Amino acid sequence: MATTTQAPPRVLRRPVEAPSGLWSWLTTVDHKRIGVLYGVSSFLFFLAGGIDALLIRLQLGKPMNELFSPDHYNGFVTMHATTMIFMALMPMSVAFFNYIVPLQIGARDVAFPRLNAFSFWVFLLGGLIMSSSYLVDAIPNQGWYGYAPLTIREYSPGLNVDFWIVGLQILGVATIAGAINFFVTIINMRAPGMSLMRMPLFCWMTLITTVLILLAFPVFTIALTELLFDRHFGTTFFDSTRGADPLLWQHLFWIFGHPEVYILIMPAFGIISEIIPVFSRKPLFGYAAMVLASMAIAFLGFGVWAHHMFTTGAGPVAYTFFALSTMLIAVPTGVKIFNWLGTLYGGSINLRPPMLFAVGFIGTFVIGGLSGVMHGTVPVDWQQSDSYWIVAHIHYVLFGGTMFALFAGIHYWWPKFTGTMLNDKLGQATFWTMLVAFHVTFFPMHFLGTAGMPRRMSIYPTGTGWDFWNLVATVGAFALAASVWLFVMNAFISLRRGEPAGNDPWDGATLEWAIASPPPVYNFARIPTVSSRDPLWVEKRSEETAVELGFAPRRAVAVVADPVEARVHMPNPSFWPLVAAVGLSMIFAGFLMPWYLGAFPLITLLGIPVLMVGITSWSFEPAG
Amino acid sequence: MARAIAHDEQGRLLPQAGHGDSDIHDHGHDDHGGEHPTSTGLNNVKVLMWTFIASECLLFGSLISTYLAVEGRTIPNTPGPELFDIPYTSVSAFVLLFSSLSMVLALAGLQAGDQRQLRIWLFVTAALGLVFLGGQYYEFSTFYFEEFWLDKNFLGSSFFLLTGFHGAHVTVGVIWLLALWLYSLRYGIAPEKSLLVEISGLYWHFVDVVWIVIFAVVYLIPYSRIEGGGH
Ligand SMILES: [Cu+2]
Repeated sequence: MATTTQAPPRVLRRPVEAPSGLWSWLTTVDHKRIGVLYGVSSFLFFLAGGIDALLIRLQLGKPMNELFSPDHYNGFVTMHATTMIFMALMPMSVAFFNYIVPLQIGARDVAFPRLNAFSFWVFLLGGLIMSSSYLVDAIPNQGWYGYAPLTIREYSPGLNVDFWIVGLQILGVATIAGAINFFVTIINMRAPGMSLMRMPLFCWMTLITTVLILLAFPVFTIALTELLFDRHFGTTFFDSTRGADPLLWQHLFWIFGHPEVYILIMPAFGIISEIIPVFSRKPLFGYAAMVLASMAIAFLGFGVWAHHMFTTGAGPVAYTFFALSTMLIAVPTGVKIFNWLGTLYGGSINLRPPMLFAVGFIGTFVIGGLSGVMHGTVPVDWQQSDSYWIVAHIHYVLFGGTMFALFAGIHYWWPKFTGTMLNDKLGQATFWTMLVAFHVTFFPMHFLGTAGMPRRMSIYPTGTGWDFWNLVATVGAFALAASVWLFVMNAFISLRRGEPAGNDPWDGATLEWAIASPPPVYNFARIPTVSSRDPLWVEKRSEETAVELGFAPRRAVAVVADPVEARVHMPNPSFWPLVAAVGLSMIFAGFLMPWYLGAFPLITLLGIPVLMVGITSWSFEPAG
Repeated sequence: MARAIAHDEQGRLLPQAGHGDSDIHDHGHDDHGGEHPTSTGLNNVKVLMWTFIASECLLFGSLISTYLAVEGRTIPNTPGPELFDIPYTSVSAFVLLFSSLSMVLALAGLQAGDQRQLRIWLFVTAALGLVFLGGQYYEFSTFYFEEFWLDKNFLGSSFFLLTGFHGAHVTVGVIWLLALWLYSLRYGIAPEKSLLVEISGLYWHFVDVVWIVIFAVVYLIPYSRIEGGGH
């Protein structure tokens, strides 16, 4: 250990006070900075996906609209979904994993800080490569589910599908690497005394999400690889004219696709379970039931994929099994809803913006859950499949659910991220605008679906009776954009002249509120010892009691500026994760370029040494 | 408020010195391996490797499932499992199995402080991996000349993607082992650093076990069907 004081040559050392400048961001391995990077980039992708949505709604605002060609319309639909799912919602959850999980478990960083930086750079490059399809007018336009055989080269000859495959492969690597890192972090880096059953619910949901990612994403990776081989190396995995099973892709895709829904919603559950107790001033009701219900949802989530395939003719036995397993999931989900209601019940409720979003989440998510159970019923699904009913459902769970929770989380932890408060009035305006606009946009889609409007159509004829509700939805979409704009203004105002937040503006229960806002590089001057589920509440209350009784209060050591901080030993910054990420992205991006001599994907071959140099230097540099 | 938290166990955030004296080293570290106590007592890198292997199981599982999904559907007049040379592949499977043994011997040598044994067995393991890869190259080229290739039919597609993906794993393992071997020749590996070898060993054993599964599922089952069914 003593050897670590000897400064290794040619290596960047990270001082205890945060350095600034572009270089420090490119080489950072600090989980909080990586969290900020994830947060900002995923929010920008969220805006990009939102613009896609507005273009879609513009096109559908009136019948027989010729604003965009069907090809471009398909592109907007595909990129809206792909961007929102893989480049906005998931990485925004990962931003919270990064910033919050180590603080909540009382750690100084994640288990593998450089792997964490690598995950971020891979994610960013993957997202940028996917988005660059706009520049060459080859937007993926096959739908976010990429159904083969439609996507094999014969039927989708352009680069569009290749952009989609390559982008998702790169994003998948980032996701899997991040999941491994957070799994190890939560399993192994908890502060003394923080047993698994004392962990904040958000950390539990993160843990379950990582397990879902580790089990679901590899299946998607293989499906994409097989499609890539079909398109570039002449294999026939999905070519039904050469004997392939036309349903193979759908099975592989939905074995991944349904757990993916829980990958998107579990972090939201976690955020909500943090906010509701704090703003009800009451510990979470039914903690153990919450944990078990989430595990049950995750487990059952792997046995329901064929409910996306009820119209493929799988037969009554399969239909019965998958319909029952789908409905079974409603049980643990209901348990969670009732636990949140039980926490609210009898609490002294404080309706600040985070709580508004959390309560809004419960309402809209319940509507989305109910419409989901409806099309889990096979005959009903035959009616609703591929109609706007499904579009309504997915947005109730992913926008009304996940996005509301992410906004709740942003409003809740913003003071911790920045050290300044968001404006309460503006936050309330954001929430109410968003809530109303959300329902104006998406509730009419239930009517449209029931009236038979199919999804993924760019032009609909007059006289169908769909005009009015489509116009309403379009108006709602622009109001939604306005609510997001209100948030962006609030954020800028807070950064420029927000009120200082202090360590603990909400009277929080978890460890992140015990330290400064924003936290110092090393998080905790001394690692805390935890002996309850709401450590900071217990600590603060016993302090109050001590003062009342005339004892000297026992101070939270984490709050006190500690002289040992100068000796806290943190890992060095490194640029090798970035180099490795560039190499990895090149390997995949080679499939988007013309092949050298028509035989070699040149960029791919060049990427291999770059990746190897990155990994080798990473392995041999001193970590600090 | 006091009522609200009354059910909680009594407890406080007590000050706790870092392990060791006053210097605090409790942070995430890629390289420090087993030097810091973890919540489970298991080394971080080891948990990472096991988690990675769990994910790898799903990768191979999906490929094997794809193979099984198409394996029964034969197209007349296209080559298939009748080309498999079971005795030949058995030999290369034994080569890979034996390399698992030599990997164990390398780690045992390191832990016993015997650098010579470590170097010899690391090299033997890598060499056996190379022999396996050579065998796979020969097998692939034979199949290629007999018109069994990844673009010929879907059986070929799934066979070559699966075995090729495994071959890529063996290649990565061989590079890793050779790097360790060179490192041990140049600098030596201290017994406290045995984690370096142990982790590569975990990976190597996993790759070997996968081959056993592939050999059984991909080679033996379809082949036995041909033998049993007769032509
Ligand atoms: Cu589903």
